Amino acid sequence: MLGYTLKRLLEMIPTFFGITLLSFFIIHLAPGKPTDVLADMNPKITPEARAKLEQYYGLDKPIMIQYGLWLKRIVKLDFGESFSTDRRPVMEKIWDKKQPLSERRLFITFLINVLSMLIIFIFAIPIGVSSATHQYSIYDKFTTTFVFLGFAIPSFWLALLLMMLFGIHLDWLPISGLKSMNYDSLSLAGKIWDRANHLILPLFVSSFGGLAGLSRYMRSNMLEVIRQDYITTARAKGLPERSVIYRHAMKNAMLPIITLLGLSVPGLIGGSVIFENIFGIPGMGQLFFMGVMTRDYPLIMGILTIGAFLTLIGNLLADLGYMFADPRIRAG
Amino acid sequence: MHFLNSINSFWLIYKRHKLAVLGLILVMLFFAAALSAPLISPYDPNDIDSGHILEPPGRGHLLGTDDLGRDVFSRMAYGSRISLEVGFVAVGISTVIGMIFGALAGYYGGWTDRVIMRFVDIMLSIPTFFLILAVIAFIEPSIWNIMIVIGLTSWMGVARLVRAEFLSLKEREFVLAARALGAGDMRIIFRHIMPNSLSPVFVSAVLGVAAAILVESALSFLGIGVQPPTPSWGNILTLGKDNIEIAWWLSVFPGIAILLTVLSYNLVGEGLRDALDPRLRHGRK
Repeated sequence: MLGYTLKRLLEMIPTFFGITLLSFFIIHLAPGKPTDVLADMNPKITPEARAKLEQYYGLDKPIMIQYGLWLKRIVKLDFGESFSTDRRPVMEKIWDKKQPLSERRLFITFLINVLSMLIIFIFAIPIGVSSATHQYSIYDKFTTTFVFLGFAIPSFWLALLLMMLFGIHLDWLPISGLKSMNYDSLSLAGKIWDRANHLILPLFVSSFGGLAGLSRYMRSNMLEVIRQDYITTARAKGLPERSVIYRHAMKNAMLPIITLLGLSVPGLIGGSVIFENIFGIPGMGQLFFMGVMTRDYPLIMGILTIGAFLTLIGNLLADLGYMFADPRIRAG
Repeated sequence: MHFLNSINSFWLIYKRHKLAVLGLILVMLFFAAALSAPLISPYDPNDIDSGHILEPPGRGHLLGTDDLGRDVFSRMAYGSRISLEVGFVAVGISTVIGMIFGALAGYYGGWTDRVIMRFVDIMLSIPTFFLILAVIAFIEPSIWNIMIVIGLTSWMGVARLVRAEFLSLKEREFVLAARALGAGDMRIIFRHIMPNSLSPVFVSAVLGVAAAILVESALSFLGIGVQPPTPSWGNILTLGKDNIEIAWWLSVFPGIAILLTVLSYNLVGEGLRDALDPRLRHGRK
């Protein structure tokens, strides 16, 4: 098991280099030098400041050297300074150590994604199992319809509809931000309630699509498993149906789900741009979008690299989780 | 004759799948709407009418008007052209790239395979939507660029499918026979193996159209896709968001159009998968 973990860790290294290489070359797709963009945004920049910047990015050196320099800096988590007017380091914008944890952008995005994955996991498994055990029932047809809608519904449209219904029409839930204006004056319980209220719609939107996909997958896995001989054996020896389904069948049908959860990480992170933008959530996705709108090179490259890194970690955890859950692999 | 027979037997299986038939009908309806957009639109999609701003759906304007008094139905009819164009061109690009990479990796194996598959892994590790946004930040967000970017970032699934097909097909007798007859690699890849690996590619292309339409609408909604005044379902929804408290029709109708289009391509894709997969031919699970 240790050997496998090491092998997976070593495999991540070339992939990570590839990712940095790719994001580095994307930035060079742009016509002209990156500093031209900065000059466009800030026409008052002096030639000296510009020269200093070009030197900082090593733009006077050959491209492979530039890549090397950039790589050397990102190993130290230094993504350079943002091009925006505040000129703060990219890393500080993403993970501001002066702010409490709950205000840091990367933490906010991370928290929402982890919560979404939990929601997907908690709901998709029972939905998938029960629609498999009640195949062709009305319940199964209902969940199948839900699944097809979940695949087809644009998440931003779902967000708009929910905002209209719950935020404006019924006025039950807040539609923007992570806390109310009067947050600081609330009691502790009030603060928790306020945060939870702000999270309901974003979490619903970000988990809806994944929920549909995973429950469908769970259903087909279950259908396959309950046709196996050992399930027939379990039934034949007189085990109650409950324990056949939940102890014998479900455990085996759940194994591939772990891998699938890992694979859903890039989609969730990518989707955070959309829902953070709609719900005005001050996370990494929103920051990335602002960076894209202002062509903030260092910020875009930094977040692209971090997003890819998180994906790699997600895949690794999924692989290790799979290994841990499957006794055949665990025993080696 | 053989071709007609196989079409016929294909259709016999496909039509058993009622929802897939419904999906096909919807797909054709949307095609008809896109082709006849100038005929079915009661107004010019870009006609600004300051006397009829944000009018709710009614007799004058079937689906209401937007903040410049433009007719929503006409804009949606023209918007359907954009969605289909983006969907098909992007999928065309991703399918060609995926087929070439998948074929080379599967056929040659060894280092070629390792390098290509590592590249696939790298592409899959970068959140696709981030990647698309990053590229679009540096180029002009024109319709063509969007199609190309979506195509360049969505070929990995096809590459994996084709590679798997090639791995299982390349040892088969018909390939050995072709090689014994002196056929070169390129001929074996493109004339002998490729035609036999097209079924899953076809299914994934149909599903890919749906995915590309979703991505385009999201980009346009965020304001970095199809640029106004060119109408697209996504950028009408942006107006819906801006006027969310007063004009529900701007949010509701374009969304339904996207939902139905994506749903119908997904249904057709599922139907095709069942009809093209010989293992499932005798009764579905």
